[in-house]
Amino acid sequence: MAMRNSMDMSPAPSKEQMAYADLLFYGCWAGLLVMLITYTLYVSGILPPHVPLERMPEYWGEAVSTYLTKAQVPTGWGWTTLLDRGDFVNFVGVVLLAGLSIFCYLRIMPGLLAKKDRIYFILALLQVLVLMFAASGIVGAGAH
Amino acid sequence: MKQRITLAFLVPGILLAMMIVTFIIYAPDSLAGAAEANAAAMAGQSALPWWAWPIILLFFCFILGIIAVMAGVGGGVLFVPLVSGFFPFHLDFVRGAGLLVALAGALAAGPGLLKRNLASLRLVMPVALIASSCAVAGAVLGLALPANVVQLCLGGTIMFIAILLLCSKNVAMPHVEKQDALGLALGIRGSYLEPSTQEVVEWKTHRTLPGLLLFIVIGIMAGMFGLGAGWANVPVLNLLMGAPLKVAVGTSKFLLSITDTSAAWVYLNKGCVLPIIAIPSIVGLMAGSFVGVRLLAKAKPKFIRYMVIGVLLFSGAKALQKGLGM
Repeated sequence: MAMRNSMDMSPAPSKEQMAYADLLFYGCWAGLLVMLITYTLYVSGILPPHVPLERMPEYWGEAVSTYLTKAQVPTGWGWTTLLDRGDFVNFVGVVLLAGLSIFCYLRIMPGLLAKKDRIYFILALLQVLVLMFAASGIVGAGAH
Repeated sequence: MKQRITLAFLVPGILLAMMIVTFIIYAPDSLAGAAEANAAAMAGQSALPWWAWPIILLFFCFILGIIAVMAGVGGGVLFVPLVSGFFPFHLDFVRGAGLLVALAGALAAGPGLLKRNLASLRLVMPVALIASSCAVAGAVLGLALPANVVQLCLGGTIMFIAILLLCSKNVAMPHVEKQDALGLALGIRGSYLEPSTQEVVEWKTHRTLPGLLLFIVIGIMAGMFGLGAGWANVPVLNLLMGAPLKVAVGTSKFLLSITDTSAAWVYLNKGCVLPIIAIPSIVGLMAGSFVGVRLLAKAKPKFIRYMVIGVLLFSGAKALQKGLGM
């Protein structure tokens, strides 16, 4: 059984945990809002897509490699050159969500360093490196 | 109270309505303007127009979100086998969307869990580093393997999850006599307020090293299949490492926001994220989760749990069938 005591007050999370939570809250809802706006721009045709919507059924049933070749879609960060296209502008919101954890870790690192919590500072640093490595496209770019 | 319930249904309702109205107003116009291309696109594929699928997906994910919350499972574990089995989308794109679905749900839940101490950053940080590194490897592996092999492995995994859900009996407050050296060195302990008793529950972990090592496997599977791995996180954190059930569930949910991030980047960079599939899935599932939380009090969780186990067995069998090319 976990130890219990009867203090009638909620235990406060650490400063780092609160800082992480605050950034996560605003970043997450901002990302979802951006996603909704860009998706509306996409399906409404206000921003014309790189791959026409009516042609999507040709591609979504095929393997990703076929889609990339037939639809001439860039991999890695190549989508940033197509931000004026309705389909690729959606990646702004997706990337905001996917990159949020990196910013949250960067946000708490100075606090960990100030507390001389070296182990967790190193863990945070390594985590940022892992996420940046994943985001870099080194392991992702190029069709299989 | 009545106002809060109305709001709870109003917000997801507005989200769903906005997306459907957008489709209905604009989609048929663009469809009419490209009738020829559409006819070609339809050849040998679904008889439905392109815009019908995102709408069906939106509703499907809305229902999935309600069921997932009531059954206590993440959306991803239901999303990938069901959508890959019953929608015309390739597994590559379903896994990409599945990871984003799990990621968005975890990011949205994270702040509340952290602020109430139901997710522990000290517990998450070492676990997340291992799981997310392995999720990158799992994603690369999953995208390198032929689709039928991944379907076969996915089918086997989904069936295993169904059996795990059927058999596992998590413990609300595991007994941790003495914290192990690694857990002590990492300072993995915490406390939270239990609202039912108004008591502060203090906890610590044991068997930290074997627990951390298991996250290698969990990370690989999460990345390989595009599943949120809550089904595996919770038993390891609760039964093996001794975290109270509430902390295990909260920490697991928050952990997905980091594990799935790393795998999501790989899928994104490989071109496996199609907004036409991913965005309605995310919106539908999140709206469904909002409603599911509200319906939770009235639902019969046991019935829903068995229903989900049945659905998982069925979708696992479907994935196996697809993998075998039958």
